Amino acid sequence: MSGDGDATTTGRVVLVTGGSRGIGLGCARRFQSLGDTVAVTYRTAPPPELAGPRPEDLDLLAVPCDVREPAQVESAFAAVEQALGPIEVLVANAGVTKDMLLLRMGEEAWNEVLDTDLSGVYRVVRRALGPMVRAHRGRIVLVSSVVAFLGSPGQVNYGAAKAGLVGLARSLAREVGSRNITVNVVAPGVVDTDMIASLGEQRVEQLLAMVPLGRKASSADVAGAVAFLASDDAAYVTGAVLPVDGGLAMGL
Amino acid sequence: MTDVATFDKFKACAIDVLQVPADKVVPEARFGDDLDADSLDLVELVMALEEAFNVTVDESELEGIETVGQAYELISAKL
Repeated sequence: MSGDGDATTTGRVVLVTGGSRGIGLGCARRFQSLGDTVAVTYRTAPPPELAGPRPEDLDLLAVPCDVREPAQVESAFAAVEQALGPIEVLVANAGVTKDMLLLRMGEEAWNEVLDTDLSGVYRVVRRALGPMVRAHRGRIVLVSSVVAFLGSPGQVNYGAAKAGLVGLARSLAREVGSRNITVNVVAPGVVDTDMIASLGEQRVEQLLAMVPLGRKASSADVAGAVAFLASDDAAYVTGAVLPVDGGLAMGL
Repeated sequence: MTDVATFDKFKACAIDVLQVPADKVVPEARFGDDLDADSLDLVELVMALEEAFNVTVDESELEGIETVGQAYELISAKL
């Protein structure tokens, strides 16, 4: 950690899962701007900027990882640790949706979302934790969703997984608090990403009508909250859920 | 590896993970009362021992393990 008196923590190794776009990429860029060394995992495609000829110029390590596969989680972490050193900040962001009404939601749609959005977080958090425990230092931020609290028709699977993250975070916060490791949750609302676009314009308009701040969040809005929870300023914050939803689910 | 060498290696792991002085790591020492280790310390110690001795310890095997001597027996029986 830098000793220049700046309250902002810099120079750490940060891993963001699902960091090729959306909130994850926004977080990666934010940590980079703070002076951290950042790696991202991606499943479908690496960050678009990295498709260019010289990805090393961007100083962002991108490793493939489907969080449903324990072996891929292990190899992704091993690759990051080997290239950058021990991971001090983990942002568990990788997630998917497969929306449909429960009456139509078969086992496959349920399992796919739970396996990525909840079990995938279990896998990456568990893998990240050992070195953090040994180092007596660490920050874990889980990216949940306003849907965990507000509910959303067609998202029984997603809502269950995202609510599960809150319970995961709180129990884990109690397990590892003595090691100076904090575990917190952000609950984004309507964020301007591909995932929200897939809801359809009408549903987005409906949601925005209930947002006191009257606009979508940008990925950077969410990244700011994540960066705070990972910072020294949040040293005494653990097991917390920080909504970043423009007021959409306030009080829930 | 002799028994003495094995115990020394075991002891080194315990000293490193639990941050206790060497003379406290004796067979009759109780992890909780004598070495001030909490449950997470013990998990860490087991992980360190698994790595150092290249063995695996199942969660169920840890039941009832309260002293350094008991833990050492568990590990050395696997070698």
